[in-house]
Amino acid sequence: MRLSFRSLLRHEAVLAVLMIVALLVLAHQSDRFFTTANILNQGRLVSELGLVALTMTFVIVTGGIDLSVGSILGLVAILIGVFWKAGILLPLAVLLAVCVGGLAGFVNGLIITRFRVPPLITTLATLALYRGLAEGISESRSVRGYPEYFYVLGQGEVGGMPTQLWLLLAAMIVAGVVLGRTTFGRATYAVGANETAARFSGVAVDRTKVLIYTASGLVAGLAGAILVSRVSTTRSDMGMGLELDAITAVVLGGTSIFGGRGTVAGTVLGLVLIQALRNGLALAGVKGDGTIVVIGFVLILAILVTNIFGRDGDG
Amino acid sequence: MDTALETGMVVRRTRRLGRFVDAYGQELVVTAALLVLMAVAGTVNRRFLSETNLTSLFSGNAYVAVAAIGMSMVIISGNIDVSVGSLIGVLATISGTLAVKGYPIWFAWLFPVLVGVVVDAFIGVLVAYARIPAIVVTLGFLSILKGGLISATQGAWIANLPPGFFIAQFRVLGVPSPVYFAAVLTILAALWMRYSALGRAIYAVGGNGDAARAVGIRTKPMVVFIFALNGFFAGIAAILFGTQLQVIQSTVPPNLELNVITASVIGGVSILGGTGTVVGSSLAAVLFAAISSSLIFLNVSAYWLRAVLGLMILATVLADMARRRRIG
Repeated sequence: MRLSFRSLLRHEAVLAVLMIVALLVLAHQSDRFFTTANILNQGRLVSELGLVALTMTFVIVTGGIDLSVGSILGLVAILIGVFWKAGILLPLAVLLAVCVGGLAGFVNGLIITRFRVPPLITTLATLALYRGLAEGISESRSVRGYPEYFYVLGQGEVGGMPTQLWLLLAAMIVAGVVLGRTTFGRATYAVGANETAARFSGVAVDRTKVLIYTASGLVAGLAGAILVSRVSTTRSDMGMGLELDAITAVVLGGTSIFGGRGTVAGTVLGLVLIQALRNGLALAGVKGDGTIVVIGFVLILAILVTNIFGRDGDG
Repeated sequence: MDTALETGMVVRRTRRLGRFVDAYGQELVVTAALLVLMAVAGTVNRRFLSETNLTSLFSGNAYVAVAAIGMSMVIISGNIDVSVGSLIGVLATISGTLAVKGYPIWFAWLFPVLVGVVVDAFIGVLVAYARIPAIVVTLGFLSILKGGLISATQGAWIANLPPGFFIAQFRVLGVPSPVYFAAVLTILAALWMRYSALGRAIYAVGGNGDAARAVGIRTKPMVVFIFALNGFFAGIAAILFGTQLQVIQSTVPPNLELNVITASVIGGVSILGGTGTVVGSSLAAVLFAAISSSLIFLNVSAYWLRAVLGLMILATVLADMARRRRIG
C-alpha cells in the first residue's frame, strides 16, 4: 500500500506528532520530566481516568455517551466505605460496591434501549441521581482508616510498577483486542455507523449497548476502588468532572463523537498527551488551572487540524 | 340545532384540544408537575407559599431560565453547548471587575453581554465552518474558560461593588427584576421563534439541515447566529447571576451547564433537534427551583436533594418518551 500525504495526516498521526512536540518541549523545560520515577508516577495518577476512557471509547463508538461515570465512581467509593463499616470483609465490600457500579451502568443501558431515551439525556439524569445517592448515603461524611493491605491497589507496586498501572495496561490490551479483533467489536462499530442497518444485518443492537453501558459502570466502579485506595479516603464528591476528562481523551484520540469511528490506540495516545501536558506544565511551573486551558486548546486544535488536512472529502 | 352538526363541533373542539395537548404536551406536563408540587408543598408547609419564599425561588433561579432560552435554541438547531456554565462565570466576573474598577455601571452590564456574543459566535464559526462537532468545541471552551477564570482570579471574591450595580435586586411593584427579565425574554423569544421567518429557520436547521439548505436557508451563518444569540442570553444570565448577591465569587457555578441543559430538555426540547419551545424550558427551570425549595420545606434532608432531583428528571423524561410513543 502506497503511503499518501493524506494517509500520513490521519488523526492518530497528527496526534502522535503533537505529542512528540509536546514531550520535547516539556522535557526541555524540566530535567525531572523524563525520569522513570516520574513516568511511573504519572501512570499511577492517570489510571482511573484511563480505565474510564477505555470503556468510554466503546460507548462513543456506538454513537452514545456516558455522562454518569464520574457519579458512578463517587457512588462506588462511598459504598466501599459504607459496606466495610457495616462489617463486611473489605475485599467483599469492594467487590460488592464495584458490582453496584455495574448495576448502575446496566440501568443506563436499560433506559437507553428499552425506553429509547437518548444516551445524553439518560446519563444526564443518572449523573444527578447517582451523585445524589452518594451524597445521601454518605451525608458528606468521609470514611478513612482502611487496613494496610488495601493500599496495595492504589499506592503499592508490583514488579517495580504501580499496581494499578498493570491493571490499566491489561485493560488497554483487552479493550484493543475486543474492539479491533472480535465480532463484538465489529458489532460495536456497526451500531455506531448505522444502527438500523446493523439491526437488519442481525446484530443484537440492544444487547451490545446494554453490555457496553454495564461495562462502563463496572469499570467506573473499579476506578472508584482504585481511587479510594490511592487517596486513603472516601468522599461523595469523588470523580466529579471525570466524564468530561474521559470524553476529552477519547475525542482527542480521534474517535468520532457521532459514532462508528475510533480506536483504543487513539484513546491511549489521547490519554498520554493529556497526562504529559498536565505533568509537564506543572513541572514547568504552570498552575493546574492553566493546564486545563492548554488541554482545551489542544482538543479543539487537534480536531481542527484533522478536519482541515486529514479528511477525504466530507465525512 | 342539528345534532349531527353539534356532534361535529364537539369532535372538532376535542380534536383541537388533542392537537393542543400533542403540540404543547411537555409544557403542560411541566406546568402540571409545578402546580401539583406547589399544592403539596403548600399544604404540608404553609410557609412554602409565602411571598418571601416564592419571590426568592423565582428570582434566584431566573438566570437559569434565561440561559435555558439560548440553550434551547442551540439544541433545537441540532447542537449543544456544555460551556455555558463557565461562560456565565467568566462574564459575571468581568462585569464585577469592570464595576469595581470604576467604569460606568451601564458599561459593566453591557460589555459582558457583548463578550458573550463574540465568544459564542466564534464557537459557532468553529462548529459551522470548521465542522467540529459542537460538543467537542464547547467541551474545549469549557476547559479554556474555566481554567482561564481560575488562573486569572484564583477564585477571589469581588466585593465593594458600587451600590447601583445590583440590577437583580431592583424591584418593580414588589417583584424582583430577574422575574421580569426571564418572563419578558421568554415570551419575546417564543413569539419570535414561532412567527418570524428567522425564528422558524432555527427549527428548519435542526429538523433537517439538507432540506433547510434546499429551501434557501443559509445554514452556516444561521448556526453562527444561533450561537451568538446563546452568548447574548448567557450574558444576561451572567448579569442576573452576578448581581443577586453583594459579592461575586469569581468561580464557575458547579454543574450550571448541566442544569441549563436539563431545563431545556425537560421543557420538551428534543436533544435530536428540530422540536421544543423556550416556554417549556423556562417553566422547567422554575420547576427545578421549586423542587429544590419544596424538598427543604418537606423536611427532606438536604443530602438527598440531588438524588430526588435526579429521580424526578428521570421520571419526567420517561413520561415524555411514553407520551411521544403514544403520538407515534
